[in-house]
Amino acid sequence: MSAVIQLEDVHKTYHTGEVDVHAVRGISITIERGEFVAIMGASGSGKSTLMNILGCLDRPSRGRYLLDGTDVSTLDRNELADIRNRKLGFVFQNFNLLSRTSALENVELPMLYTHRRLPSAQAHEKAFRALQTVGLAERASHHPSQLSGGQQQRVAIARALVNDPPLLLADEPTGNLDSRTSVEIMGLLQRLNEQGLTIVMVTHEHDIAAYAQRNVVMRDGQIVHDHSVASRLSAEAELLRLRAADQAVKLAP
Amino acid sequence: MNFLVETGYWLLRVVAIVKIALRALRRNKMRSVLTALGIIIGVGAVIAMVGIGQGAKSQVEAQIASLGRNVILVFSGSITRSGVHTGWGSAGTLTIGDADAILLEIKQVVAVSPEVRRGIQVSAGNQNWFTTVVGGSASYFQIRQWDFAQGCGFTEQDVRGATKVCVLGKTTAEQLFGDEDPIGKIIRISNAPFTILGVLSSKGLSVMGTDQDDVVIIPYTSAMKRLMGVTTLRSMLVQTAAAEDLETVRTQITDLLRQRHRIAPGKDDDFTVRTQEEIAQMATATSRVMSMLLAAIAAVSLVVGGIGIMNIMLVSVTERTREIGIRMAVGARPRDILLQFLVEAVTLSSLGGLLGVALGVGAAKIIAWKAQWPVLISPESIVISVIFSAAIGIFFGFYPARKAARLDPIEALRYE
Repeated sequence: MSAVIQLEDVHKTYHTGEVDVHAVRGISITIERGEFVAIMGASGSGKSTLMNILGCLDRPSRGRYLLDGTDVSTLDRNELADIRNRKLGFVFQNFNLLSRTSALENVELPMLYTHRRLPSAQAHEKAFRALQTVGLAERASHHPSQLSGGQQQRVAIARALVNDPPLLLADEPTGNLDSRTSVEIMGLLQRLNEQGLTIVMVTHEHDIAAYAQRNVVMRDGQIVHDHSVASRLSAEAELLRLRAADQAVKLAP
Repeated sequence: MNFLVETGYWLLRVVAIVKIALRALRRNKMRSVLTALGIIIGVGAVIAMVGIGQGAKSQVEAQIASLGRNVILVFSGSITRSGVHTGWGSAGTLTIGDADAILLEIKQVVAVSPEVRRGIQVSAGNQNWFTTVVGGSASYFQIRQWDFAQGCGFTEQDVRGATKVCVLGKTTAEQLFGDEDPIGKIIRISNAPFTILGVLSSKGLSVMGTDQDDVVIIPYTSAMKRLMGVTTLRSMLVQTAAAEDLETVRTQITDLLRQRHRIAPGKDDDFTVRTQEEIAQMATATSRVMSMLLAAIAAVSLVVGGIGIMNIMLVSVTERTREIGIRMAVGARPRDILLQFLVEAVTLSSLGGLLGVALGVGAAKIIAWKAQWPVLISPESIVISVIFSAAIGIFFGFYPARKAARLDPIEALRYE
């Protein structure tokens, strides 16, 4: 069984004006199927650049990147688009849903660009099932503006899942959410991970990273720590605790 | 087989992208219409222009034909080299003797009819009508290829005797007699009673835009002596046996008349000779200038319209940078984005083209109705206009679409 992600001495240098910015300096990492990895680091540590490379939005300047067994470091823009479509699901901090478009249509979006498109009836059904998975089936016809932040992020997750990719990339998925909703979203990600989905998440919050299995810490374009989480949080348990606390507040006179 | 399947999938994808583009246009209806306005006006102008131009051309052709067959017109007065025309038709330098001489001395000439005309009030019973009274010879009807709807024309004898007989044009007959049969009835022209011999069939508008059927034709002798009291002719019609003779006869007429009028070499003619063809050219010159002007307006309008589309598409690409980023992140290829924006531009311009066709046809119809100007709108001009406006969409939409397709998805996703 091959790894989902295999980076071999990946470098990324940006040429901006006179100065070359060496954003990623020789990263090698392997992420196996079914892992839940949190990448951490201060801003400027190179974690966003790494995420862009992992997401096939950018190509490494040097080194090799094998995604699900395919070397993607040499592909052109069109081929990368196909890879993103089939092998990756994106979840962003600011949700990035299309406005004035229903939740269901937002979820259908990746299927539109799939090489072998499904007939629209099947595509609707598949998108609807993805919305069911994230618990938003009854809001399928709502537009993003009619949904709360947490609900929008659920739609985004459904969109990321709809093409059954082997890897889900989440870039600060809870950055725009309150703590309660953040826990709910982490609960959803943990549940998907338990069902076998590989998740790589960028975050700068330690308590959010604690929901992952493995934490990778970056600094100055290099990995400085790579360890599995010792006391992993369970979102489900955390939610129960929060509910109990609410009850206590209500009962108090 | 595999190729067919692939083409099928490709088509499905194209259809889906076209749907996205159409939806984006529907969301901004007002903006879409305003954007297409340049094209609408441009194509409208083209359609109206071509319609009016062709209508005018066909009308002029019909009018030239209505002048008669193998006809040369000789007018009193002349146009000098500087373009000033001195007393065209009014000074009266032509005489009946000139007309007789042309018929006698130039052998290719088969018929000559002097022509005098004046606007006169005519009456029949209690009906009054202001019309043009034309004096001509017995061969006038033959030269002008003018058939009789009823009755017949006057004879050589009537001309020689200056009898009081007349032939009515269709309009005049309708105005004075309505549904009654006018043959044998009397009309009074300046109080002189004239017996109606015949009614002519309809000829429609002349080159000058007047109703040729609003006329009473009498022997020129009667007209000159009894009604107008003139001794000179306004003009005459000369008919040759064959079309090939027109040019030679024209020079012969010029030579003959110069000799008869004793015009010294180097001096200007005191008459003007025009063949049918020249009259046609003069008549179409105006409409040609107008066509050129309209074509220039249309061309400018189409280019401006195209630039308008490009401008709005560029704005649209900037506005929707994040949307483009999202689409690219979930797997849209650059060429999918290119196609989406290109389809938007082409849809704008071709819908503009279609609306422009409607506008142009409408405008042409209104002009036709208001100005009594015939309009011919050919299906070709419509098809060409729509194809051309679609081409404008491709040309001016390509740059913005390529800009969209070349966006870096990372930058686009970060765009606020």
